[in-house]
Amino acid sequence: MNSAAIRVDLQLIADMVDPSTRALDVGCGDGSLLAYLVNFKQVDARGMELSQAGVNACVANGLSVIQGDADADLGDYPDDAFDYVILSQTLQATREPRKVLQQMLRVGKRAIVSFPNFAHWQVRLRMVFGGRMPETPSLPYKWYDTPNIHLCSIDDFRALCADMGVVIERAIVLDRNSKPINLPPLAANLLGEQAVFMLRRD
Amino acid sequence: MEGTIGSLPLDDLADAERKALGQCQHAILGGDRPLRLDCGVDLGPYRVAYQTSGTLNAEKSNAVLICHALTGDQFVAERHPVTGKDGWWDAMVGPGKVIDPAHYYIICANVLGGCMGTTGPLASDPAGGKPWNLRFPVVTIADMVRAQAALLDHLGIADLFCVIGGSMGGMQVLEWASSFPRRVFAAVPIACAARHSAQNIAFHEVGRQAIMADPEWKGGDYRLHGTVPARGLAVARMTAHITYLSEQALQRKFGRSLQDRNALGFGFDADFQVESYLRYQGSTFVERFDANSYLYITRAMDYFDLAGAHGGVLANAFRGSPTRFCLVSFTSDWLFPTHESRDVVHALNAVAANVSFVEIESDKGHDAFLLEEPEMFRTLAGFLKGAATVRGLRGVP
Repeated sequence: MNSAAIRVDLQLIADMVDPSTRALDVGCGDGSLLAYLVNFKQVDARGMELSQAGVNACVANGLSVIQGDADADLGDYPDDAFDYVILSQTLQATREPRKVLQQMLRVGKRAIVSFPNFAHWQVRLRMVFGGRMPETPSLPYKWYDTPNIHLCSIDDFRALCADMGVVIERAIVLDRNSKPINLPPLAANLLGEQAVFMLRRD
Repeated sequence: MEGTIGSLPLDDLADAERKALGQCQHAILGGDRPLRLDCGVDLGPYRVAYQTSGTLNAEKSNAVLICHALTGDQFVAERHPVTGKDGWWDAMVGPGKVIDPAHYYIICANVLGGCMGTTGPLASDPAGGKPWNLRFPVVTIADMVRAQAALLDHLGIADLFCVIGGSMGGMQVLEWASSFPRRVFAAVPIACAARHSAQNIAFHEVGRQAIMADPEWKGGDYRLHGTVPARGLAVARMTAHITYLSEQALQRKFGRSLQDRNALGFGFDADFQVESYLRYQGSTFVERFDANSYLYITRAMDYFDLAGAHGGVLANAFRGSPTRFCLVSFTSDWLFPTHESRDVVHALNAVAANVSFVEIESDKGHDAFLLEEPEMFRTLAGFLKGAATVRGLRGVP
């Protein structure tokens, strides 16, 4: 847990978080981002995780984590409880992504959201020419067992932010190796496999 | 009830209490400043019997207070002077265990109203020299916690690294965190609730009625009559014991197995092993526990309602709390089911408190918190280690 090496996309998120702040990681999984924030950035970091086994493992590693999910449990927290609310690779699995984003931006001064891009060229090819539901490294599920019920493209997400009146402070598009790529929006929506957004209220 | 009462004489003790006091420390408190009880009575002086292990460090930052449950006492991890059995939390506390005296200064005190040396209904009214019995004021969980806080003052300990306990012990932990947030660095309420449910009050009432229906109880004055309401107290214990186990655990342990016989007896002896087991639980309990104490302590649990004490909003009990919480519940605990712990978690979230919550998969029912539960040990060891790091406690593995 004290190792400095975490997944590249999580490292990108961690780099967006200022030291000695307060953060809530929703869907924190095995707690690797939380542990990094606590150990290397002195962040007062808390986690929420759907799987009880994941929660217990996090707590056994000294992290502050509770069982809960983004749709149901963000409503408990008071306004501005955190500097950042982080939702990594989970937005597409929520029942009501728009409400979840609203809650994140109520509870946190900023929201950091990462998600797979459903308009990536591989997805498009498989859909258009294969005639099958897409399966890619970042979308590895069959249509009948996927937890991803609200997939979107990078442009879809930008449109939602505009519609909600949310300010996009930063947007980073990642290639298949989770390396940031610098491209104009149209190309980004075609070539980006995932994206990380930092948002704040207007 | 109003006015000041107090009692201390060491010469009029029940046998069990005398044995207990011979094997632990005690403090006489409230002599100059009585304890104001929730019922309005000022209690003082009063005695708190307690046990410690480990060493308080120079910074006085490693004290861990263990709060015991309804029928527990201060003998957490050592041979019990009355029963000769191992301490009630031997699984959790001791060298090499999660709460290790090598790292922590461990304190456990018998609760107010108890019968192992701390002042309760067994204590004598100094005016008449007779036991208080039912004239002892009804005490609450908050009163128990205030008495513990007074003990810490007496020991010169400003704040605790951790307060931990299960069941009624967990209620005390919640009360500690609410009443004395600055004195509690970490709080671990296990298998408990922020209020006693109707079902739990109902079970307690059955137990109390069993005691009071015993003709030997004599309106609570059995000691004056030289009697013991053993049957009533045993039935109370039998009823309660069922609530501490899960249906699966009872089935696994006993099923419909017969006791020392090959066929049904067509009578009312203990045909079934489960009957025999419960009778044994009841009969051993009366050797170490006082019937009036049982009435008082069950009442304290029934009265516990942390939200009620804070305008009906549980979150108000924890507003601004600096404490790190770790709640633990068990899947098969139907006495304090997981949703009760979850209610506390919701309230703590509502004030953005630092909270962890684990539900442990176990089929052992409410009693799981006292037993060998490796996942509970693992998560609590991790939680305490994390808290110790933030607290700057050295040497916690």
